[in-house]
Amino acid sequence: MVEWTEFERATIQDIFSKMNYDVVGQQSLARCLIVYPWTQRYFGNFGNLYNAAAIMGNPMVAAHGKVVLHGLDRAVKNMDNIKAAYAELSVLHSEKLHVDPDNFRLLGDCLTVVVAAQLGAAFTPEVQAAFQKFLAVVISSLQRQYH
Amino acid sequence: MSLTAKDKDVVKAFWGKISSKADAIGQEALGRMLVVYPQTKIYFAHWPDYSLGSAQVNKHGKTVMRAITDAVGKMDDLIGGLSSLSDLHATTLRVDPGNFKILSHNILVTLAVHFPADFTAEVHVAVDKFLAALSAALADKYR
Repeated sequence: MVEWTEFERATIQDIFSKMNYDVVGQQSLARCLIVYPWTQRYFGNFGNLYNAAAIMGNPMVAAHGKVVLHGLDRAVKNMDNIKAAYAELSVLHSEKLHVDPDNFRLLGDCLTVVVAAQLGAAFTPEVQAAFQKFLAVVISSLQRQYH
Repeated sequence: MSLTAKDKDVVKAFWGKISSKADAIGQEALGRMLVVYPQTKIYFAHWPDYSLGSAQVNKHGKTVMRAITDAVGKMDDLIGGLSSLSDLHATTLRVDPGNFKILSHNILVTLAVHFPADFTAEVHVAVDKFLAALSAALADKYR
């Protein structure tokens, strides 16, 4: 079981309670598709992803980014058993969506960069450590049901 | 994933924007790395203080960032330009090359914190590619 300090719990709750899901979701997914273009492989039906401007303005990317970001809510609400909370989503990503789990980390890194830009100096090294630990646990749980 | 002419232009233009803050960026990136990835401290076991703002972190962060800024001017031949630094890292420092990626990530985070408007997705991809190419050049002499 993952051990969380009080600081880590408080930091995660704080970040997500203030999160602008529309902006951060769209920004993170769009950034992932731009910075790691091979991740576009999962979005063949999203229309125009030909360049950064198109990706940034694409409404399907914006909508899906929000969905993915809200997917983190179940970890925020179940920090003491993220593994169980994600069992079903893990099966989905493996069996139905066929997402390479290495790509979870790429999206996670883009989310970290977007949150860093939003929070500025408030994204201290300690806050960054807590946030990245949280993402690492979610990513590990999402990979768990792959076989 | 080689650097295109556009990547090089984007990196040079962005580095021009951040140049006055480059030392501080390097210091903070190193400081972040030591906190967020504590295993990286093993390379600095001789330091009395790993915290952000310590004399050691400040001095070393500046050293590393100056070398990176130098490499911006060597993008047409990173392997040649970084040859002696690669020798140093391979034979004397023996830093596991996996750590180059870790420091690169912390540089990106620090850039996002201090230049949220300028560090657009287009700049992000170009800088990420540059740091990856730099890391590969730094690891060139390892074996």
